[in-house]
Amino acid sequence: MTKKTTPIGAVAVIGGGITGVQASLDLADMGFRVYLLEKSPTIGGVMAQLDKTFPTNDCSMCILSPKLVDCARHENITLHTLVDVQSLEGEPGNFTLRAVQKPRYVDLEKCTSCGSCEDVCPVSLPNAFEYGLVKRKAIYKPFPQAIPNAYVIDKEGDGKHRGCVDCMRCVKECKSGAINHEQKPEELTLQVGAVILAAGSVPFDPVVKPEFGYRRYQNVMTSVEFERVLSASGPFQGKILRPSDQQHPTKIAWVHCVGSRDAAVNHEYCSAMCCMYTAKEAVIAKEHAADIEPTVFYIDVRSYGKDFDKYITRAKEQHNVRYVRSRISEITEDPTTKDLLITYEDDAGELKKERFHLVVLSVGLCGAGEQKHELLEKLGLQANEFGFLQTRLEEPVVIRPGVFAAGSLVEPQAIPESVMQASAAAANAAALLKDARGTLVTEKQYPPERDVSSEEPRIGVFVCHCGINIGGYVDVPAVVKATQALPNVIVVEPNVYTCSEDTQKKIVDAIRTHQLNRIIVAACTPRTHEPLFQKSLREAGLNPYLLEMTNIREQCSWVHMDEPLSATEKAKELIAMTVAKTRFLQPIQEAEIPVTQKALVIGGGIAGMTAALSLADQGYDTVLVEKESCLGGYLQKVYYTVDGLDVAAVLKQTVAQVQQHPRITVHTCAQVTSLKGYVGNYESEITTAQGTVSFAHGVVVVAVGADEYKPRSYHYGKNPRVLTQSELECWLSTCTSQDIQKTETFVMIQCVESRDDKRPYCSRICCMQAVKNALKIKELNPRAEVFILYRDLMTYGFKEKYYKQARENGVVFLQYDAEKKPEIEAKDRGNLIVKVHEPMLGELLKIPVDHLILSTGLQPNPDNPAIGKLLKVPVNDDGFFLEAHVKLRPVDFSTRGVFVAGNCHLPKFISESIYQGQAAAARAATILCQSTLKAEPNIACVDEELCSGCGVCLTVCPYNAIDRVTKESDGKSVSHASINEGLCQGCGTCVSACPSHAIQQRGFKDKQILPMIEEMCST
Amino acid sequence: MSEDKKEQKKEPFEPKIVGFLCNWCSYAGADLAGTSRIQYPPNIRIIRVMCSGSVDSMYILRALLEGADGVFVGGCHPGDCHYIDGNYKARRRMVLLQNILETLRLEKERVWLRWISASEGQKFADTMNEMTAAIKKLGPNPMAKHWDL
Ligand code: FES
Repeated sequence: MTKKTTPIGAVAVIGGGITGVQASLDLADMGFRVYLLEKSPTIGGVMAQLDKTFPTNDCSMCILSPKLVDCARHENITLHTLVDVQSLEGEPGNFTLRAVQKPRYVDLEKCTSCGSCEDVCPVSLPNAFEYGLVKRKAIYKPFPQAIPNAYVIDKEGDGKHRGCVDCMRCVKECKSGAINHEQKPEELTLQVGAVILAAGSVPFDPVVKPEFGYRRYQNVMTSVEFERVLSASGPFQGKILRPSDQQHPTKIAWVHCVGSRDAAVNHEYCSAMCCMYTAKEAVIAKEHAADIEPTVFYIDVRSYGKDFDKYITRAKEQHNVRYVRSRISEITEDPTTKDLLITYEDDAGELKKERFHLVVLSVGLCGAGEQKHELLEKLGLQANEFGFLQTRLEEPVVIRPGVFAAGSLVEPQAIPESVMQASAAAANAAALLKDARGTLVTEKQYPPERDVSSEEPRIGVFVCHCGINIGGYVDVPAVVKATQALPNVIVVEPNVYTCSEDTQKKIVDAIRTHQLNRIIVAACTPRTHEPLFQKSLREAGLNPYLLEMTNIREQCSWVHMDEPLSATEKAKELIAMTVAKTRFLQPIQEAEIPVTQKALVIGGGIAGMTAALSLADQGYDTVLVEKESCLGGYLQKVYYTVDGLDVAAVLKQTVAQVQQHPRITVHTCAQVTSLKGYVGNYESEITTAQGTVSFAHGVVVVAVGADEYKPRSYHYGKNPRVLTQSELECWLSTCTSQDIQKTETFVMIQCVESRDDKRPYCSRICCMQAVKNALKIKELNPRAEVFILYRDLMTYGFKEKYYKQARENGVVFLQYDAEKKPEIEAKDRGNLIVKVHEPMLGELLKIPVDHLILSTGLQPNPDNPAIGKLLKVPVNDDGFFLEAHVKLRPVDFSTRGVFVAGNCHLPKFISESIYQGQAAAARAATILCQSTLKAEPNIACVDEELCSGCGVCLTVCPYNAIDRVTKESDGKSVSHASINEGLCQGCGTCVSACPSHAIQQRGFKDKQILPMIEEMCST
Repeated sequence: MSEDKKEQKKEPFEPKIVGFLCNWCSYAGADLAGTSRIQYPPNIRIIRVMCSGSVDSMYILRALLEGADGVFVGGCHPGDCHYIDGNYKARRRMVLLQNILETLRLEKERVWLRWISASEGQKFADTMNEMTAAIKKLGPNPMAKHWDL
């Protein structure tokens, strides 16, 4: 190391999909300047094109849009679209990144996104955002919620179709003079301390697989195209129509694994999310039109994520999605009807032909997108054999010092994994640049708040269609009309998507032009979207608490889909109730509370240790509490990995780092016995054998792990030949070569007492554990026979290649049906015979075994419910912790200040635990980097006139936030209650206990709630 | 949704139910019923409150006096309250309230207190089905008539 210079407190994030967006937001919130570079004209990536997301069926745009808007608004994020990265030079902490800023031909500052240019543009060419299903003009906005919210001119076209013809009509039409055809490419040079690569990957193009007939037959489309068909803002406005005749198809087939698990196209990996999005598309299609009969052709259903198995079960049982296990052999077209005939082999091995109106190819992701290669080449990086930028297990988001990677650029994966990796990459960058934190940032300046106290209420109501999520079931125009008639309502505006940036501007403008002083957004749930709209109020100079939301989606349109009339009536009434409340809303000023910039991590497994290290490396003192006598958790039971990671060495090194870190204090044989306080200000008691210590901290990371489930079936515990996978792993690592040479037959049974009614979740790791152990056996004794009896083999992502390797090495994989579980027969001297129905062969196989290995998966820590209670965070039905949002907030809880990582969230692999640990640290650091936080807004306040000082509130307050104070008044001493604004958490308990109605809760005062009740009862 | 289902014939009596749901569990559970598209009758009007412990008995009485046919209060499961024990206080208060209802000669089945967690979308929908059916059985709130001027 040469002389130490201060690093640059800025990070370049390359790629503006959800991964890049999340990394940017985290870093910006941690006090770094971010340059977000995107090659296309808008951020949002593939997620912007999706209709819904599994397994919650959330509308993709609805959950993404607030993040995009946040990016656009964040003071610390500079957005550069249409950028081609050229080179990266320098060293960690001080890089120079060169790029070319391509011309947009539209001035971002001036464009108001009015769309009149588009109307006059004479050129029309296929709309790439809609996968060419419809056309667009040469001047266009990629999609309504695009960020930046501005038009762009396509001068190049798409190879077959030419772009702009320089007719200049748009220039004449544009009232704001935003268009400039003379714009030239410009050089962009950025000085940054670190770089995060999040350039994503592209969907597979099935043209190279002629047997599927894509592009030859009109009614064969890809799953990504079908997402657009489902979307309300898509080419058919959410109606399910097929391309050949715009008719409504009823028989629709999905074909799994197109371009995945396929050696012919060098894609011997699994794309990891296609099984789930296929089920989702089938379910949503059925939701759009009940007459649809979906059929899914599959090899395995890889439902390895949280609640995925339940989703598949629901798809089958409630939505009648038909699953046919078969690799199809060909698709042909009936030339007259344009229907498609699929030839496939059924269970009994017979060739069948079936007619479908539409076929959807579930395409995987491609690492080998040309653009990407170019990027990697320019940066001097090497792609793996599949064209992805693979990282190492123990450092899952690190490419080299100062250069990090996340998302599907690294490996095909679903959204939550990408989001976690994004946060993890942010944590790594933040640790590297910790000395420069806060050096290049600016604080967001809002206009001063308008004093509305003397104004009559002037309410603006924004009613959201939410595509068809609301508009499809609730008659929005009728709702608008009814709302207009309500008292104090000045304007009512319907919006397609109220959360788009577009609408935020409209809200700000409406507040200014109509002098509005109260705003209602009737859309989705305030639990996710309130902060977004509150910011709009602040930008317009209104106190953010003059906003109310009416939930007409989750609690109306989505739950009364079969009763549009009643849903409409209910929406009207709900809004009327909100108006009744809103008329009495008052501004709220939150108190500032200091943040204790220290962290508590509960659980000393790999996830917890990683989180602690990441927090400490970022400069925050951290206490790590472990229940057992030594650190390591479940990792101590892992002896090797399939790709040769030296697990013992990694464990040893991590433990040493934790123990030697000056900012980490470790307590083993310890438990958190009490936890008081709230975000920014926790006080815990940690009990060890030596006694109890207390610790003040600002955040908590829970990473208490999980353990292997011990089965009750298959003679486990009674017959020494029956082992679990972990026990086998231990034996294989310690046995003598004689032992292993003696053993001839191993049978492994997957999903033992798992994925059934009692434990209805998939443990994600056991298939790979079986493959790993099978390969180990073959390595130690190539003559040994190994059978793996499985239901669906969950070797997702690059793990697929080890599945193949195992087959090549002679491991026999036999599939069994959940209804026909393998059975065992005990012979004399403890010999065992396994009997299994093999559906493909249609026979009962009997295999005598030396060792029977049970894959039982992980079971959640039995302490989870108690820990959940302590931290006030929820546990799901299976006993794992329930995060704030499965897609976009995978390490947060709804309770601010508490985060989750590792197996206690759901079973996962080592590298996944590592990046989730780092992600939790990043999210926690967004709080710890601030010296003060805003206190709860909805706290209680006392009307001293009414208060008799009886003290009932003091006894009910769970936070000791109320004191009785005595004052001299008119010579008499009177006492009344007084609220400590930092301690009050806004539960409202004292309010309902007060006998004289002297305490009121801000935002929920009697005079705000009672009008709602009156309004509701009056109709 | 494409084909509008025939609206079911309006029952002669459609009860009006006010629901006070705590922000952290029951309101989230109701949201989950929505994202999972679990259908239930449209009789409830939800008012979000921070905690079931903040629901003043006065709100419930007022709703009944104003003519609501039923009042639903939803909170976190015992021990899970975001504010430690607000739901226990709600439960204690509910016992007192039911005595008052008796003196008013109102069926105490008109007021429901239930624990619904953030992950219990199905339970929320089921509860709504049950409650709507139960109130339909009870018939309209007699107080409503009484106060109708
Ligand atoms: S927060 Fe749900 S009952 Fe208290």
